[in-house]
Amino acid sequence: MSDLLSVRGLKAGFLAGGRVLTAVDGVSFTVAPGETFALLGESGCGKSATALALLRLLPDAGRILAGEVWLEGEEVLGLPESAMRDRRGSAAAMIFQEPATSLNPVLTVGRQIGESLARHRGLQGEAARQEALALLAAVGIADPARRLEEYPFQLSGGMKQRVMIAIALAGEPRLLIADEPTTALDVTIQAQILDLLAKLQTERAMGMLLITHDLGVVARSAHRVGVMYAGEIVEMADRQSFFGCPRHPYTQKLFAALPDLGQRGGQLATIPGQVPGLAAMPAGCRFAPRCPVAMDRCREQSPDWTELARGHRVRCHWVAGQVESVAAEAALSVADATPAVSPTVPALSGGGQTRAAPLLQVSDLKVHFPIRKGLLKRTVGHVKAVDGVSLELQRGRTLALVGESGCGKTTAGKALLRLLPATGSVQLEGKELLPLSIGELKPLRRRMQMVFQDPFASLNPRLTVGEILEEGVRALQVGTPGQERRQALEALLASVGLPPEALGRYPHEFSGGQRQRIAIARALAVQPELLICDEPTSALDVSVQAQILNLLRQLQDSLGLAYLFITHNFAVVEYLAHEVAVMYLGRIVEQGPVAQVLERPCHPYTRALLSAVPEPRLEGQREMIRLPGETPSPARPPAGCHFHPRCAQAMDVCRQAYPPLSHPESGVQVRCHLYPPE
Amino acid sequence: MAFLPVLLWSDLLVWLLVAGLGLAAWGVARTPPLRAAWGRVLHRRTGMAALVVLAVFVLIGLADSLHYRPRLADTPSPAEAKAAAGKPVYGVEVFSLLDVLLTPLRTQMEKTYSAPLATRAYAKEMQEVRQPDGSLVQQRDFPRLRHGGKHLGDNEAGRDDDVLRRVLAGAGCALLAWWGLAEILVDLLARARGCSRREAWHELWHRPPTSAAPAWDALLLALGGLLLLVVPLLALVPEYHVLGTDKVGQDVLYQILKSIRTALVIGLVTTLVTLPVGVLLGIAAGYFRGWVDDLIQYLYTTLSSIPGVLLIAAAVLMMQVVIDTHPHWFDTAAERADLRLLALCFILGMTSWTGLARLLRGETLKLAQLEYIQAAQAFGVSSWRILLRHILPNVMHIVLIALVMDFSGLVLAEAVLSYVGIGVDPTMISFGTMINNARLELAREPMVWWSLAAAFFFMVVLVLAANLLADVVRDAFDPRAA
Repeated sequence: MSDLLSVRGLKAGFLAGGRVLTAVDGVSFTVAPGETFALLGESGCGKSATALALLRLLPDAGRILAGEVWLEGEEVLGLPESAMRDRRGSAAAMIFQEPATSLNPVLTVGRQIGESLARHRGLQGEAARQEALALLAAVGIADPARRLEEYPFQLSGGMKQRVMIAIALAGEPRLLIADEPTTALDVTIQAQILDLLAKLQTERAMGMLLITHDLGVVARSAHRVGVMYAGEIVEMADRQSFFGCPRHPYTQKLFAALPDLGQRGGQLATIPGQVPGLAAMPAGCRFAPRCPVAMDRCREQSPDWTELARGHRVRCHWVAGQVESVAAEAALSVADATPAVSPTVPALSGGGQTRAAPLLQVSDLKVHFPIRKGLLKRTVGHVKAVDGVSLELQRGRTLALVGESGCGKTTAGKALLRLLPATGSVQLEGKELLPLSIGELKPLRRRMQMVFQDPFASLNPRLTVGEILEEGVRALQVGTPGQERRQALEALLASVGLPPEALGRYPHEFSGGQRQRIAIARALAVQPELLICDEPTSALDVSVQAQILNLLRQLQDSLGLAYLFITHNFAVVEYLAHEVAVMYLGRIVEQGPVAQVLERPCHPYTRALLSAVPEPRLEGQREMIRLPGETPSPARPPAGCHFHPRCAQAMDVCRQAYPPLSHPESGVQVRCHLYPPE
Repeated sequence: MAFLPVLLWSDLLVWLLVAGLGLAAWGVARTPPLRAAWGRVLHRRTGMAALVVLAVFVLIGLADSLHYRPRLADTPSPAEAKAAAGKPVYGVEVFSLLDVLLTPLRTQMEKTYSAPLATRAYAKEMQEVRQPDGSLVQQRDFPRLRHGGKHLGDNEAGRDDDVLRRVLAGAGCALLAWWGLAEILVDLLARARGCSRREAWHELWHRPPTSAAPAWDALLLALGGLLLLVVPLLALVPEYHVLGTDKVGQDVLYQILKSIRTALVIGLVTTLVTLPVGVLLGIAAGYFRGWVDDLIQYLYTTLSSIPGVLLIAAAVLMMQVVIDTHPHWFDTAAERADLRLLALCFILGMTSWTGLARLLRGETLKLAQLEYIQAAQAFGVSSWRILLRHILPNVMHIVLIALVMDFSGLVLAEAVLSYVGIGVDPTMISFGTMINNARLELAREPMVWWSLAAAFFFMVVLVLAANLLADVVRDAFDPRAA
């Protein structure tokens, strides 16, 4: 048997309320040495449970119900626990999603690597130290001798993930299981880590099981792909055929739901409903309730594998039927089977905008958090989270504020609503906001509202949806209480696509996407003109993200809302925004219309950022610009241009002076010495 | 009227608390998430059993919280009574409903110590024994008890048989009573579910794992256990001192039952004092930050650095002086003891809010960063409204858990404080005073162990039930589990 890992009919579940809920149902796949197999799926479809079951690391409530796992020609599910401990780390090692919590904060990096070296390779003392140094160098950590003695809190997120990889490599594993290894990281760091994993894999001929929800990551790293849905693998293909012609309706829908520039103005394809819960699995094909081409047979009988081409298999009655009838018919796409959505308002970019007074005008906004030290808490410095941001937003337009984590984009958004103390000038239709007292500000609050990132944290779990929606209305005294207000709330719910019964229910009864709809309805309840959306889709799955983006676009069309859209996701920017501003370390480095900035980025940082975004397709991958290092701390920004330590085109002047504003193209503002102001 | 109702301050607080709990229960029944959480408490067998045990303790405590002064019976003559009409004379002793129920226990006093179920005293005495020939001989022996085992007459050797017979008869009655209760419960369940009694009975003992029904089996088992304990006790009580007597010949079982109210008052009323202070200061410190936070933190760090016992001793002694210098404030000794009990509750409350406040401050710091708080701020909702509407309901589970856990700690604290002499009034019966008395009894030869053992056992049962309930409540209200 040549396969490194071979999983056959693996079935695992979780004990809940006295019965076992199956989370992984009959999953089979193989991983060959030197190959990357990606398990792709939305949250809750059982991909992490599969990975944990392979190493028998399921939590206490987890049960492996059936199946075989052959690792290097050995069935591991039957092994005693002591033997299993030898396999973990040496035969197969695992990297987890969150580097911040997978390292022990009270042990040095060296100790944590040494643990694995001692366990699996019997190295002690100086030998172990040398090996640990070699490992840290291999994962690309500069100055490994110093880092060996450091504690995890002294490392940045990207470095922590590198250390995690070094620990995983310490046992010289033949198989590496990477469970969403880059989800918690920024795109530039994600690109570094993916490159590193690919490099290590070819060097050591490791097999890799990559678990991810990101089609872009799959396109960049995987050799073969398995798509998981509700505990089953529904499609398995090599990379070429997966991206070339995805066959399962679910896979096709996933691709269609991805926002990008090509779909601007149109409706994104969405998958209605959500992934079924473990307790309520549909009989037959599990995707049938959400499938646009479901037939009666799909609801009764679970489909078998259909072999389409070598290595490309699908579990779908519909595809099987198509193959049987006429194999070469081109009409295999679900997009053709569903009624096409006519693109509605493609009127974008440039052109005949009337230059009215802007709805929101921000100039030189600064949010500095004092760093206090000592007994008397004297201020010894400032964290310049937002350091002189200027923006302009017209009525009915969308401005995207883009940047990596820690660049101050969320802080800027909150400062605009005066949730944080700020200096500078924020004008809403010419009315200055910052000097107003709380009482004077109150009438203006109804004109600008915020939608938050995490729909699970932004709704009070102890209040009903009706009470949540009513809160702002009551606080800002909009409308009159009573029957009229209730009707208004019901209309509001209808406008975000929720039934009126939802008023009496509690947030926990809703899914993530529905909660985000409630959060949007709450903001809309006071009829604002400006909505600040703080990464409203980053906590949601792709198919649900499409629903929310469609909703936001509809609302903008019908209500003429202006959005300040804070995000790190360029695909969303491409789809939704009219203008974009790129932030780095508290300052805007480039600003302009979406088409221009994304097509012809000027600032080196924008270029690097765009090139680091993994595209969910094979062709058209942008040329990678490697960005060394990580974002410096906003407490001690580099002198001169903040970006110069990571910039490949840095000149002497970059180290000395912060670049002035320049306009290399019409409508685009850049702060970079490459473009001297004319 | 044959009696004069007396409302002690602690009675008032206890009944207010009962009313408050009733109101809270009504509120819980109307709020689905809370109802679900309490449903989870009842669903757990431990929770149900602990609640049954606690309910028995609470019932005893409540019966002991209805006080009255009996009208003196020896009204001289109808004529004089008429002259003093409208001014009946009431006894200075205050009795409670529990005292009435326990009249035999209360009145059947022995001379001094006697062991549990004994027929003779624990200490030898000189007594005159009439010999068969009619002469009187002075003899040192254990004297017969006045009440314990009196019905046996000369047949003292028959005591074991008598006790066994009574216990068996009691157990039989208990089983019958249990059977009756079980029948009623099954009947109710069958009617509620619309199924046959047989099915209801089966489902009661074999709950399907998915069912969220309350743990009726635990209820029945706990009730069965209690009945098996209590009914045989009732059969023995009229003729024996089941747990012996103390130095002055008072029945230990009576003392134990009276101690329960003291423990409950200490546990509950103290939390009543702790709660508003701890909750308000805790969430205010966490939400407002800045100087408010500094002030509150300094306050509770200072307060918790003073040795608690010292502070309590000082306050209790001061209170004692006030009480002693104002005898005219009190009609009866019971009122005086009651005031001291309340003072103790107040002082304990004033020293024990710091833990709760610290806990709530930390939780509020975390909550205040959550997005729904910021959403409310973005609407311009006032700070106090945010505190009451958003923060308070979301820390209530912590408050509840802390309260249930503190309760047992306070009951134990009372015992310790009374042991060092700064607890409740010495005339007031409590677990603490019983243990304090046991200090000398244990040093005695032969040792008197039953007083301490009984106090120990009952206190452990009370505190254990409270702790088990606290565990279940914590699990049920843990947001991660919900």
